Amino acid sequence: MAFNKFNVFHWHIVDDQSFPYQSIYFPELSDKGAYSCNLIYTPADVRLVIEYARLRGIRVIPEFDTPGHTQSWGKGQKDLLTPCYNGGQPTGSFGPVNPILNTTYDFMTKFFKEISSVFPDAYIHLGGDEVDFSCWKSNPEVKEFMKKQGFGSDYAKLESYYIQNILDIVSSYNKGQIIWQEVFDHKAQLKPDTVVQVWMANSYAHELSSVTGAGFPAVLAAPWYLDYISYGQDWKKYYRVEPLDFPGSEEQKKLLIGGEACLWGEFVDATNLTPRLWPRASAVGERLWSSRNVTDLQDAYRRLRNHRCRMLRRGIAAEPVFVGYCAHEGRRP
Amino acid sequence: MTLENEPPWGTPCTQLLVYVAMPGCDGFPNLDSKESYKLIVSKGSMLLSAEAIWGVLRGLETFSQLVGRDENGTYYINETEIVDFPRFPHRGLLLDTSRHYLPLRAILETLDVMAYNKFNVFHWHIVDDPSFPYESSTFPELSKKGAFNAMTHVYTASDVRAVIDYARLRGIRVIPEFDTPGHTLSWGPGAPGLLTPCYVVQEPSGTYGPINPILNSTYEFVTSLFQEVSSVFPDFFLHLGGDEVDFTCWRSNPKIQAFMKEMDFGDDYKKLESLYIQRLLEIVSSLGKGYIVWQEVFDNDVVVRPDTIIHVWKENLLTPYKEEMANVTRAGYHALLSAPWYLNRISYGQDWMEAYRVEPLDFRGSPEQKALVIGGEACMWGEYVDVTNLTPRLWPRAGAVAERLWSNSTVRNMDDAYARLSEFRCTLLGRGVQAQPLYVGYCENEFGEV
Repeated sequence: MAFNKFNVFHWHIVDDQSFPYQSIYFPELSDKGAYSCNLIYTPADVRLVIEYARLRGIRVIPEFDTPGHTQSWGKGQKDLLTPCYNGGQPTGSFGPVNPILNTTYDFMTKFFKEISSVFPDAYIHLGGDEVDFSCWKSNPEVKEFMKKQGFGSDYAKLESYYIQNILDIVSSYNKGQIIWQEVFDHKAQLKPDTVVQVWMANSYAHELSSVTGAGFPAVLAAPWYLDYISYGQDWKKYYRVEPLDFPGSEEQKKLLIGGEACLWGEFVDATNLTPRLWPRASAVGERLWSSRNVTDLQDAYRRLRNHRCRMLRRGIAAEPVFVGYCAHEGRRP
Repeated sequence: MTLENEPPWGTPCTQLLVYVAMPGCDGFPNLDSKESYKLIVSKGSMLLSAEAIWGVLRGLETFSQLVGRDENGTYYINETEIVDFPRFPHRGLLLDTSRHYLPLRAILETLDVMAYNKFNVFHWHIVDDPSFPYESSTFPELSKKGAFNAMTHVYTASDVRAVIDYARLRGIRVIPEFDTPGHTLSWGPGAPGLLTPCYVVQEPSGTYGPINPILNSTYEFVTSLFQEVSSVFPDFFLHLGGDEVDFTCWRSNPKIQAFMKEMDFGDDYKKLESLYIQRLLEIVSSLGKGYIVWQEVFDNDVVVRPDTIIHVWKENLLTPYKEEMANVTRAGYHALLSAPWYLNRISYGQDWMEAYRVEPLDFRGSPEQKALVIGGEACMWGEYVDVTNLTPRLWPRAGAVAERLWSNSTVRNMDDAYARLSEFRCTLLGRGVQAQPLYVGYCENEFGEV
């Protein structure tokens, strides 16, 4: 990242499948939620990452994505997730974080107190994407709550109710918040400096207009999902993106504070991470650093190839851009 | 500690008895090699028997995958009786060392993992347009002028011998491909006069096209080169390429235009291509080798020997591969399938499933036709692949192709295949192979752990 002048490491540290973050207040979360007891990040590991990043001028912004994407949280924290129902009976499976219980917010208050002190950056990413309402809809207590709150059958309102509480909790620890675009789209009440991360590929320029039009800073990720691999020189399509190409005023454009290349992990681990990331992510790195008029593809191609060979020399297994070779590879004596 | 929870360990086994009907293991594997084996694990004895040493190799690999280890470190194996043999005799993997040079250790490691997957043919697409890394003893200038770097990006004679022997010890045949007349730009610098000079409005443009088919010197060169290749590579078969010949340069060249008129070929440059290929095939034949060619050679009506193997690789709306398989086998030729197995064509998601679902004999034809399909090859073309991403891109995806070519056609349950392939991927990790994940999850022994 530092070789490419990236300056933010967005650590999507936990999700449905596993909870590798070893929490000090809630050790059961990783005890029960990690894939295995040695596939965890201890507090020392986390400190190491933060310091290693700091020395390279890289901010570490952790993401603890709720209320969806939390299956693994339920293993170590009883009653955190919503029990799903079928025909009046609990099915045994669980949905998103349960937004109607006080215990949920007690837990989150304590949990985010820890996160706020462990991670020194001014911002925490709170997720808020892809919340599946079906489990909430099936739960009688949740349905009761919806009625009491006057939300009708609009579960986006329940989602916003939940998120707003979390945002308040995190605010009270003097941390700024970044959230995925759904939180904004579903009209939750956001603090003025809340950063909205635009990730949905469909009409993302339009979304950027809406977000900045409403006065919120935006971070663009939508066209830079590097996990979506395809055959050929796909770095070009990442390079061609012009983040400010959306309808809006000067003030709006100033609110586009940058972007992120995303490498989601469904099909990625240590065996293929490096070649999949580099040099493709370098195209994003240049687009976010360089001036708007640095767009010549042929020139970029030449420099990207050089840069790839440079990374190879530095021991980074960056994959090839196209046919050819680097001077410092080939047979060893 | 409660004894009723102890697994029912039998008597400890300390040796695997191996019996081979045909003694000797000095030879090279070939298309007719017998790879069947029988493995019996019972109380107090483990026996592996096979007709030939090649079956022993396959059986040993299976045996190695049956051995587990419990949490106390004890190795164990279940009682079992296995009778196994491959469905197709030609189960290959293509590597391209021209688009990117692959260091020797990358090739050797690939051969190891091929053996774990019971692949038995290494199709070495060794030279092509971008570079000529093969050090020829007859024509040293070819790699001197044609390699990316003549010192660091070449395969010496000893490298080639090392590959052939390493493969042999794993029951893998090495079939080299010297693709002509197209795909030969890198041959030009080291063999002046070999390639066709292209013309632009009656003047040589300075660029070159395919091998020049109208010069005697061409056929002298080809004879000498293939004489060398025939002696360096012991397998009976050579792959002669013959794909994607671009006629534009030939068309532009006035001498070739004159030749076309002389031969009464009209404007049909396929006839010129056929003329070259036919002579090449005759040369190679007279050197005592059989040949495999890409499908264009068949499509363009070149006269080929009856035992020619046609390699089917194209897949598009105009030429669906199943139709080609039908056409090739109807004409009486043997067929090799690669079209649905271009592993270099990556895409998002579990694409191994598509590769696995392929049924090589799913085309319209008689049983006699289907018997002409000798197998297939997974291809890892090198435009975007070198040592930095070769292994994760190859494995475990190529394993899907390997099973499709070894196992019975009825073995196609996806859930079962997923369970076995993901476990096999963890086994590969344990063997130090940088195989990428199939989907979310984890292995006991993650890659890169101390």
